[in-house]
Amino acid sequence: MYSQGLIGADGSTEETQEFLDAFQKRIDAEEKIEPNDPMPEGYRRTLVRQIGQHAHSEIVGMLPEGNWITRAPSLRRKAALLAKVQDEGGHGLYLYSAAETLGVSREQMTEELLSGKAKYSSIFNYPTLSWADMGTIGWLVDGAAIMNQIPLCRCSFGPYARAMIRVCKEESFHQRQGYEIVMYLARGTKEQRDMAQDSLNRWWWPSLMMFGPHDADSAHSEQSMEWKIKRFSNDALRQKFIDATVPQAEFLGLTLPDPDLKWNDEKGGYDHGPIDWDEFWRVVKGDGVMNRDRVKARKKAWDDGAWVREAALAHAVKREARMQAAE
Amino acid sequence: MANETPLWEVFIRPRNGLSHKHVGSLHAADEVLALNAARDVYTRRSEGTSIWVVRSSQIVASDPDQAEENFEPTGDKIYRHPTFYDIPEEVGHM
Ligand SMILES: [Fe+2]
Ligand SMILES: [Fe+2]
Repeated sequence: MYSQGLIGADGSTEETQEFLDAFQKRIDAEEKIEPNDPMPEGYRRTLVRQIGQHAHSEIVGMLPEGNWITRAPSLRRKAALLAKVQDEGGHGLYLYSAAETLGVSREQMTEELLSGKAKYSSIFNYPTLSWADMGTIGWLVDGAAIMNQIPLCRCSFGPYARAMIRVCKEESFHQRQGYEIVMYLARGTKEQRDMAQDSLNRWWWPSLMMFGPHDADSAHSEQSMEWKIKRFSNDALRQKFIDATVPQAEFLGLTLPDPDLKWNDEKGGYDHGPIDWDEFWRVVKGDGVMNRDRVKARKKAWDDGAWVREAALAHAVKREARMQAAE
Repeated sequence: MANETPLWEVFIRPRNGLSHKHVGSLHAADEVLALNAARDVYTRRSEGTSIWVVRSSQIVASDPDQAEENFEPTGDKIYRHPTFYDIPEEVGHM
């Protein structure tokens, strides 16, 4: 659920103009492109990168929330959080499968995540310090992801679009359970209200960064839009998200941490203060609070699971040999 | 990471009376683990009453490069459809 403005996609391509025009004609006619169809190398490369980043984000995204499962304040909250984190694992798997149809192997993608070569959404490199963060993540982070993912259901690449339809169906509960958590805290004691406000203060700006750099600084966006991998620009989606979220915060009596945030009648949306892009790039490049920890956790899971994978494969080989002998 | 875990295609029957439909794929060492994984990955919200898994390598597919010669010829065989035939209205529904 956490695709963000694609980091470092290079849509450059070397096919003949005739080939590219024929491909573009199919795209413009809203035809879906399927894995075995001819496609420009740049299209394939962009999708492998984007779907891979998206899949990694789902998987790494399980960690900040997994951190609170055992400390959920009630059985109801624990069951919901457990189901949400399990969903994110499922989303990662749908997406890995979609990327694999383009000829990249799961092992290769895993290796790139563990080596740090592949990126994932910067939002998951922030720590989850309080229970309120479980609410804020559901409300804002899943909310931002939904804004991003709904247009991806119409992405020109068939397997990605189909995976996104499944994912979007499952996301709405994620956002609602998060908002409900924040709502209960906002209506609670002073300590609970403060906890909710503190959490919102920490997550608001990183959530806005999830949509990626401003359009003017988003070098490869245009090609992605032309190929209908992407349907809306980063800034357009960010604006939509802000406009939807401000009244939700007002309803809770919480304050969004941006003194410049105000309604602009002329554009029919909210204006907001400057986003700290230095922070964004620092986190993307590996210097967020949790970057090292997240990759370490994934590596540990991979290494600790090695004997299970090996045993399962060895068992499968033995069983098949036995079955063949019996025939 | 040389040992690649095999790929499986997953088909689910949404409810009795409907046929199994392809929903996606997954990796698993054997058919038992594939069925278990399919249940966890593809039926978390009562999406089905039955699961089939088939090794992806066992699926035989038509060649996309031959799609035109395979499927286009039916386009002009409109006499295969009931609306091709003129039956007077007085005859009633047929
Ligand atoms: Fe997700
Ligand atoms: Fe989610």
